[in-house]
Amino acid sequence: MKRFLGFVKKEFLHIFRDYRTLFILFGIPAAQILIFGYAVSTDIKNAGVAFLDLSHDEVTQKLTDKIISSGFFKKTETLLNYSDIDKVFKKGKTKAVIIFEDDFGKKLVSEGKATLSIIADGSEPNTATLVTNYTTAIVNDFASEFAGPTLNNSIRISPEVKMLYNPNLKSHFMFVPGVITLILILICALMTSVTITREKEFGTMEVLLVSPLRPIQIILGKVMPYFILSFINVLLILVLSWFVFGLPVKGSLMLLLAECMLYILMSLTLGILISTVSKNMQQAIFISLIGLMLPTILLSGFIFPIENMPKIYDYVSSVLPPRYFIVIIKNIMIKGTGLMYIWKETIILIIMTLVFIGLSVRKFKIRLE
Amino acid sequence: MRTIFYLIRKEFIQIFRNKFISKAIFAVPIVQMLILVPAVTFELKNVKIAIIDKDMTPESRGLINKLEGSTFFKVSFSTFSDNEANNLLHRNKYSMILRIPSGFGKDIGTGKQGKLLATIDAVNASSAQLTWAYLNGVIRDFNIDIIKKNITTNPLVPLPRIQITNRYWYNEMLNYKYYMLPGILVILVTAIGFLLAGLNMVREKEIGTIEQINVTPVRKYHFIIAKMVPFLLIGLIDLALGLVIGKLAFNIPFEGSILLMFLGSSVFLIAVLGLALFISTFSGTQQQYMFVAFFCMIIFILMSGIFTPYESMPMWAQDFNLINPVAYLMRINRMVMLKGSTISDISRELYSLAVIAICFSALAVRRYRKTA
Repeated sequence: MKRFLGFVKKEFLHIFRDYRTLFILFGIPAAQILIFGYAVSTDIKNAGVAFLDLSHDEVTQKLTDKIISSGFFKKTETLLNYSDIDKVFKKGKTKAVIIFEDDFGKKLVSEGKATLSIIADGSEPNTATLVTNYTTAIVNDFASEFAGPTLNNSIRISPEVKMLYNPNLKSHFMFVPGVITLILILICALMTSVTITREKEFGTMEVLLVSPLRPIQIILGKVMPYFILSFINVLLILVLSWFVFGLPVKGSLMLLLAECMLYILMSLTLGILISTVSKNMQQAIFISLIGLMLPTILLSGFIFPIENMPKIYDYVSSVLPPRYFIVIIKNIMIKGTGLMYIWKETIILIIMTLVFIGLSVRKFKIRLE
Repeated sequence: MRTIFYLIRKEFIQIFRNKFISKAIFAVPIVQMLILVPAVTFELKNVKIAIIDKDMTPESRGLINKLEGSTFFKVSFSTFSDNEANNLLHRNKYSMILRIPSGFGKDIGTGKQGKLLATIDAVNASSAQLTWAYLNGVIRDFNIDIIKKNITTNPLVPLPRIQITNRYWYNEMLNYKYYMLPGILVILVTAIGFLLAGLNMVREKEIGTIEQINVTPVRKYHFIIAKMVPFLLIGLIDLALGLVIGKLAFNIPFEGSILLMFLGSSVFLIAVLGLALFISTFSGTQQQYMFVAFFCMIIFILMSGIFTPYESMPMWAQDFNLINPVAYLMRINRMVMLKGSTISDISRELYSLAVIAICFSALAVRRYRKTA
């Protein structure tokens, strides 16, 4: 035990000696939570639209004003003919072109029917769909206002909506848990995989191997300090997301912290597993950063819901630990549900941790090559 | 010139001596592209909903049929118990509950307003909004059906309507692969260039071999150029591989000039490599470099508008993107690949990238000290 404590102390010295890394270690999560909470959202605001008004009458003018004043759109250009559409899209600022047909107002009044076309830039499909949907809603709204009492007096259904868990529809609710999940796994896996390969690369591993420490003690000793640091990191992130975004932990805080500990432990052991298969730091960094970053961002449900992916990705993503942790953290933080709802995910994470530990102890080489 | 050539050769030997890295820099992008490009879509369809129909009239059933008929919704559960429905919503079994209160059919029949209550799981705010918008669409259609029925009995009332047609250009079917491929390609090229170039430099410092260069008459800019060129080439080869995969595996159209795309990417890579080498002059160990690089990369990537709409960001974030090379290349790639934008359309992006590239490279050369 005393030997082990000595080893842990050595690890702490290694970490604290390098104050720059320590600074970054705490700076990264804080800065990223702030940036993503404020900067990134999937909503539409100020999307550029251009108008091609072939009619130029009072009705089209009113409708144009209504569309622009909605806050979703910003007028980029007024076009004169169809051939301008391609040009304006190629410049990239305009996401959609709204076209009023000839005699729009006249037709609407006399024939009761006028045609409006929306051409959206499909190279950004998400923006294209949202812009089309919002414009359609605004135009329909305008049409029923225009129809006036005749339509309003006829039978209507008035749906009410209750946005559960997130009444103000803030995208922080999606991003904060996602960023926590992403940052914890990357930082933890990076740290442990690098510290062990560093010992290998510099030859100090030999010193450890000839010491009476057993492999499991070396592994635990490497994990312990980073476990404590990462846990402090979690507390920091939670406090930040509470104070800055008012994102409280609705469920049990103890449960959340326990789950975070489990996830940290899992990520750290994953790092050790990576280090046992890497010969030098570059390789370890390559595997943990390039190998983990994109799959975590794209396949874990961080930005893109897994339900919408083709069926096969349900299986592909099931080997990624972040996928389960995102479910856990969203349930506890945002929905306020208890262990009852997340026991399956928790067990999967525990099993993954045990498998990683088992594999690393087995693969840990006590001989030099 | 000969000096640079020899130095570049040395770099190549160093990179390809590491068997893992030399394979991984080409294999990892290919594998990740093949797996990740088809995965992602924002498109919502078959959104599972639960229905509590306390009304049980032809009208309420008509509405449910209408919902079932839309490709967007899938009625996966119906019950009479609020508790049961809420409980399953908590468990993520579906993402919306629609309550039809008793009296709905009667109210419609007697000309009163029919009430409905939708409860939507809004953890993902944008899906929730979209779901709500679609629900409103279905209800509006249902409404018009009823109104039409009434109008046949009262044909004197004209109904002004604006007919909306919509089309998507450049990507008629809104295929998300067209959108993701250029994005993922940029990320992979950035990650490989940025990480490896910097690590390579710091490694020389850490194991002391940089000393051997420092005592030779090699000029500072020689050394920086020699560190850049191999990764520039690797980045471009990865780009080419990515484009070939896009064509062969996903049949993604290429409207614009390939040369233009390579030009944009080269300028971009010089900017990114310049920044990488600049950061490496501050870092003493590979670990330090890695953390700083990770920090920059995540911010560059997520703020660039790869996965989220660029215009929705607050002004300060858009201002930050003025120095974010990833944001420029993102736009260049999508515009050139999908829309066939020409050099005059993207000249602003190219100039900005060039300025960033010159600044970062100059900084890297300046900050690099040959003295110990």
